[in-house]
Amino acid sequence: MRARFRKLRSSAEFWSLRLHAERAQRYAMRQDTLLPPSVALDCGVMLTAVAGGGYGYCATSDLSQAGLQRALDRASAWAAATRAKGVIRFDARDMPAPRGEYAGPLGEDPPSRGAIHDLLADECRGARIDDRIVERSAAVHLFEDQRLYLTNSGADLQQRFRYTLPWARVTANAGPETQSRSLEQAQQGGFERIGTARFQGCGARLADEALQLLLAPNCPSGTMDLLLMPDQMMLQIHESIGHPLELDRILGDERNYAGTSFVTPEMFGSYRYGSALLNVSYDPTRAEEFASYRWDDDGTPAKKVWLIRDGILVAPLGARLSQARAGLQGTANARASNWNRPPIDRMANLNVEPGASTLEAMIASIERGVLMRSNVSWSIDDARNKFQFGCEWGERIEDGKRVGVVKNPNYRGVSATFWRSLRMVGDASTFEVHGTLNCGKGEPNQAVHCGHAAPACLFSGVEVFGGG
Amino acid sequence: MKAEFFELAGRLERALQAGEVLLLGLDAERSDFVRFNRGRVRQAGSVEQRTLEVRLLRAGRQASATLELGGGGEADFALARDALARLREALDGLPEDPWLLINEVPASSESERRGVLPAAEAVVEQVVDAAQGRDLVGIYAGGTILRGFANSLGQRNWHSVDSFNFDWSLHGPGGAVKAATAGFEWEESALVEKLDAASRELARLGVAPRALAPGEVRAYLAPRALEELMGLLAWDGFSARARATKQSPLLRMAHGALLSPAVTIVEHSAEGIAPSFQEDGFVKPPALTLIEGGRLGAALVAPRTAKEYGLEPNGAEAGESPESLELAPGTLPAQDVLAALDTGLYISNLWYLNYSDRAAARITGMTRFATFWVEGGRIVAPVGAMRFDDSLYRMLGENLEALTRERELLLDPSTYEGRSTASARLPGALLRALRFTL
Repeated sequence: MRARFRKLRSSAEFWSLRLHAERAQRYAMRQDTLLPPSVALDCGVMLTAVAGGGYGYCATSDLSQAGLQRALDRASAWAAATRAKGVIRFDARDMPAPRGEYAGPLGEDPPSRGAIHDLLADECRGARIDDRIVERSAAVHLFEDQRLYLTNSGADLQQRFRYTLPWARVTANAGPETQSRSLEQAQQGGFERIGTARFQGCGARLADEALQLLLAPNCPSGTMDLLLMPDQMMLQIHESIGHPLELDRILGDERNYAGTSFVTPEMFGSYRYGSALLNVSYDPTRAEEFASYRWDDDGTPAKKVWLIRDGILVAPLGARLSQARAGLQGTANARASNWNRPPIDRMANLNVEPGASTLEAMIASIERGVLMRSNVSWSIDDARNKFQFGCEWGERIEDGKRVGVVKNPNYRGVSATFWRSLRMVGDASTFEVHGTLNCGKGEPNQAVHCGHAAPACLFSGVEVFGGG
Repeated sequence: MKAEFFELAGRLERALQAGEVLLLGLDAERSDFVRFNRGRVRQAGSVEQRTLEVRLLRAGRQASATLELGGGGEADFALARDALARLREALDGLPEDPWLLINEVPASSESERRGVLPAAEAVVEQVVDAAQGRDLVGIYAGGTILRGFANSLGQRNWHSVDSFNFDWSLHGPGGAVKAATAGFEWEESALVEKLDAASRELARLGVAPRALAPGEVRAYLAPRALEELMGLLAWDGFSARARATKQSPLLRMAHGALLSPAVTIVEHSAEGIAPSFQEDGFVKPPALTLIEGGRLGAALVAPRTAKEYGLEPNGAEAGESPESLELAPGTLPAQDVLAALDTGLYISNLWYLNYSDRAAARITGMTRFATFWVEGGRIVAPVGAMRFDDSLYRMLGENLEALTRERELLLDPSTYEGRSTASARLPGALLRALRFTL
């Protein structure tokens, strides 16, 4: 590819090639039946050109010399056609030209196909504990991703990643009532992730919990304490910190689709986003986290950046181009979902840093509240302010003790005030690394993966309610 | 591309061994994408993608591979032939697939719809000119969408459509107005007309907004707002598998719950722009009634679901989601909507819907873009984003007062992985009450 790239010609001042090659394998079992195995081999390139202040791209899976040249010609034509019509005047001199290689944690290779089938069969079978269990599924997805970034100014970056994703879900039903429990862990690494996700044994555990939910009362309604476990903190961080801090939203790019933000540029440096216990970082350095990388898709080197410190908003999630537009320092987060989509500002790893409280101390401090885990429902307004989230699992807490399981736990609030009600932050013993595969945004649409690590967190005075 | 795809299918068929059956699916597009912000270009580019799914069956077993084709010819054949060889190996040691079901009676078809699309650069000129002085945000997506199917039993299907979808909104100090220009023939005059109409509506947002306290409010959902509701229901609401595993959000309709007799929902494939065939070679019926007069009707049955639960397949894709959904019209003339609403909320768009209690079909979501407070049949003030949380059985059941006589055909602007071919034809809905919470 490098040799073919060197032979490309354009009248543009700057051009780049970004190659993505992904291999994805899926093993899944449902109701004790092995689903047909599938493998996806995806490979293509995006050529980008900058000329006279204009910018254009063209993506193709035709990797021949002629195919690459056609794509570069088209990208160059777009750059020429949009000069003086753009929101931004692009300047070839601003484009970085880094060189290097990076490999994320590759970990253990997967075992034989038969061993994976046996693993899935054990969990599927293990969930068959009661006639009220109506669906049992278990799956392992294996991804390998290689990215190459070349520019006519000399950049040459190669990055390699491996992801191993265990997944399971069990559903119980009685008449008009259905409840599910699921396991999902998204991290980088090899097959050792199956162990760290506590996948073995999950079938019976999830089935038991789904049956408990079936018999449980609805979550109580009222204003009370809310203890969010790390797998729900993931969603809370993602929707009500991550998206509002995306600089392209603040600059208006997403107003027609993903939305805008209640955050404005003047807030950085002074706005109280949360209580003094809230510390949030963009952290690409935690290697096992789902969206760790050394350079973003525009070639900017990635390093840890504090976004919120002691509750005060410090920096946005904005990549090089957005930083120049807004005049703000940001992060290396120009990311593309694949070779056929251009990079835009995205979340990557966005974490709440651990605090000092044990889980026991947090529970002991609650007079009346609910513990929630495992997101099942999410909805938030287009400025990322008014939200309502629901979880699979809830536990009522009274006078410092867990007193029973509740079903359909939901809560709602407003981002701008919710984080100020953060009363206790869990210590490192409560800290977990999670991630999500499908964060949707952009025009054309792009679904990217993000990492979110957090401790358990306790919020006071939250509007909580159940189903029905 | 059609000849190339069918030639590739023929060559791969000739490479099959005794007892093997081959299925090929092509999902391709040549698209231009131009993103706008503040009436100017934010990102412009083109994408050409050609994804091939190769499925190999032998003795009741199957495995599949998905590949990105390159420049065509020998290189693509070699890529697919190598995949076939790997699938052959993968079949060894696999158990029989008890839910395997493909169409074995060849049902070939061809559908080609040529559009009139100018070069995307010309669209850019027209949009930037027309948007001058206005804060327009959105995306133009246009070009050719291609779908192909072939199997070694002699079936060949082809679907090609030239289309565009310019999905945009106009923004002002008081809020924003959503609009779209979509179809098969681009007309500059239609764009200018819609921009002017949106500008007039935007001006109505310029007055002081009305703040509403949470509670129940009479409301009108315009077709685009109803589309969001239908989009949520499409997530397992009409799936036979979800019904069989008790995970359908319409679960309680199987236990006697009803929607309004005015609600009839049809998957009207004959009127949509999606292909008439699916990945196992089955052909979709022209129309399938999913809700009839407020009662549960047919479900969308994918072949695997059919085999598992002893049902008849009806051309549904594996996800069992509707692609050409229609809600039957009512009798309320669109021009009388404000008068019929009298006092309440006129809601142009909803946003980010999800379930508060899936089994109970309790739904939450936000208003977005132009939402107005109406008094005495006249718009008096815009209203900011509000959250509703209400049951489907109230919204489209006891509280559904009327559906409009006129319907809108809404082409899905979604472009995740590729340009969508889904569409919906919907009326507006007048509700006696909608429960707001935040």
